[in-house]
Amino acid sequence: MADNNMVKVTVDGVEVSVPADYKIIDAAREAGIKIPTLCYLKGVNEFGSCRMCLVEATGARGLVAACVYPVSDGMVVTTDSPAIRKSRRNSLELILSNHRQECTTCERNDNCELRQLCADLGVDHVRYQIENLEPQLEESAPHLIRDNSKCILCRRCVAVCRKTQQVGVLTPADRGFATHIEHAFGRDMAEVNCVNCGQCIAACPTGALSLKSQTNQVREAIQDEDKIVIAITAPSVRVGLGDRFGEPLGANTEGKMVTALKRLGFDYVFDVDWAADVTIMEEGTELIDRIANGGTMPMFTSCCPGWIKYCEYYHHDLLPNLSTCRSPQQMHGGLIKTYWAERNHIDPSKIVVVSIMPCTAKKFEIEREEQRLDNGCMPTDFSLTTRELADMIVESGMVFGMLKDTPFDPIMGESTGAAVIFGASGGVMEAALRTAAVILAGPEADVPLIFEETRGLEGIKEATYQVGETTLRIAVASGLNNAERLIQAIKSGEAHYDFVEIMTCPGGCINGGGQPQHSAWEKSIKSIPAARIKGTYNIDDKMPLRRSLENPEVKMMYDEYLDRPNSHNAHQILHCTYVERELYKI
Amino acid sequence: MPNCKTTVPFAGTEEQERQLREVIAAHKGEQGPLMPILHEAQEIYGYLPEEVQKIIAEELNIPLSEIYGVTTFYTRFTLNPKGENQVSVCLGTACYVKGSASVLAEVEKVLGCEVGAMTDDGKFSVDATRCVGACGLAPIMLVNDDVYGHMTPDRVAGILAKYM
Repeated sequence: MADNNMVKVTVDGVEVSVPADYKIIDAAREAGIKIPTLCYLKGVNEFGSCRMCLVEATGARGLVAACVYPVSDGMVVTTDSPAIRKSRRNSLELILSNHRQECTTCERNDNCELRQLCADLGVDHVRYQIENLEPQLEESAPHLIRDNSKCILCRRCVAVCRKTQQVGVLTPADRGFATHIEHAFGRDMAEVNCVNCGQCIAACPTGALSLKSQTNQVREAIQDEDKIVIAITAPSVRVGLGDRFGEPLGANTEGKMVTALKRLGFDYVFDVDWAADVTIMEEGTELIDRIANGGTMPMFTSCCPGWIKYCEYYHHDLLPNLSTCRSPQQMHGGLIKTYWAERNHIDPSKIVVVSIMPCTAKKFEIEREEQRLDNGCMPTDFSLTTRELADMIVESGMVFGMLKDTPFDPIMGESTGAAVIFGASGGVMEAALRTAAVILAGPEADVPLIFEETRGLEGIKEATYQVGETTLRIAVASGLNNAERLIQAIKSGEAHYDFVEIMTCPGGCINGGGQPQHSAWEKSIKSIPAARIKGTYNIDDKMPLRRSLENPEVKMMYDEYLDRPNSHNAHQILHCTYVERELYKI
Repeated sequence: MPNCKTTVPFAGTEEQERQLREVIAAHKGEQGPLMPILHEAQEIYGYLPEEVQKIIAEELNIPLSEIYGVTTFYTRFTLNPKGENQVSVCLGTACYVKGSASVLAEVEKVLGCEVGAMTDDGKFSVDATRCVGACGLAPIMLVNDDVYGHMTPDRVAGILAKYM
């Protein structure tokens, strides 16, 4: 039966039936053929600039770019011929001629897509090379380093910043041979409206954009005998770390991760999941209070530092809508340097809190002055990404797969299923609903545990729940382009909500800019965020406690120290204020 | 050549800003409003400094970086103000093979001002142009609308002196 929406295409002798709006590259993928690419990032950057994906197709003149050339019925495509191989090698050599090759010491030496392509396509020498190509470092931002001497002008960073994140601080400037990636008017990254999400690093095929690593400083702190160095690990790290060591995508490596941190020399290893449960107690209480007392609505979550900075740049009028809760990272650091320090009679200035995060924006968040505690300490001293932790594990020679499991240390190691799902888009919302439902409906009521509508990779999710006497209209968005669409709907009066969760990275923290990287090809054949989200909910399913208000170590902390959520003490340590930022500062 | 950021302080007037906002309002609903707005903005201000691009970015809700990318891509746009006298040397093929590069270098030397920039006193700005369609006179230098053909570096100082 003929389907008007499907066409038959033959790629290298393999016939496939594919949707009529496919590009050649999509049909080839279905035929089991990997067409080499550099500038292509499925769904984000498709404009045929790098010329690596050139193929022959019937009806086309000369070679065409498979990433942008549409299929048609009966089309016969050849992806491998002497002419194609020659063209691709030539293009690659020309790209290399202007690429500073310091591959052995480059941060991306183990997963550079350009280097991989040279290997795949048999480019074993370069005939042309610009002499004396110097590093062009831009290091002003806390989270990344840009080196245009390694940039191949694929524009994947530009596209992800503009389209996926709605920010657009990166642009190609000038033309021809002078073309380069920069910020408007050549400003430093720290001066522009970057939200530090790090998705540009995740998109970069080479080492042109790389993390600003702080592993050396952390190693120094560990060596310092006067310091007590404490690692706190975010929910998403345990389902991402294993990627680097060949574990299945989304595998829970929590126990091995704790062992590795102990062996690296951290004095204590606590779980930010514990602080996520604290966050729910604070944020849930704040929400109920806003509803009961006519506070500013809707309330927006405030766990995500990228979203906070976006709001500070773009939506000054929504700052009162942001929950005043600090992020779990900052709550945890704050409570370590107050509650835990006092309980153990330790001078908080001797404590070094190192967070392990899937996120690059956390590196900015820890420097925010309004987060400083009354005792003068900053809550968190260093924020390492999952990738930096993996680097340390590799350097220290631990065979990750052979590590035994170790539990987190008390008294900030216990957590509930509600906390671990914080890493997935919708997870903070579901966690809040689990606890809010019990508080609003009363402890005796039969309240739901699973809020299915909050889950999944949809950019915008919404639902209405009846909890006790209260009707809660909720919305969840991930990826700032989706967040912006949602905000516009709220501002225009088209949509009404009580509680809104925003995460900067598409799919949530599990897909943060600090997680282990995957090539454009891997991202085109499988959903990395989906696998990590699945891993996250699998952990939740197996947890004995699944509501934050059931966490015994959190209850103990309130009993011993803060009294109750949103108390005066809680406000001092766990809440904060926000600032208006000028979008384009001249 | 790089379209360098200007060092000249912005001196836009309220009247110019009013005109700019009118232009933006007139094109806002159109498809692809940026190019016509940039052209008219350059008519109003003589160049496209950050202050002007910022207004356009905010009004059109387009990132400033994107507008900067466009204005540095097209040689028609300038990020630097023009002097009272605009000196242009043709670098088209015919002029180039006849040695216009050395004429341009001499202009830069005499005025102490790089291509794309303006002299500190605001009297002169220097540009390199594409073919001006008078190849028979190559190499060519223009000062405002005055055409000087068959140029040699040793004539540059004398000609420019007339405009000082």
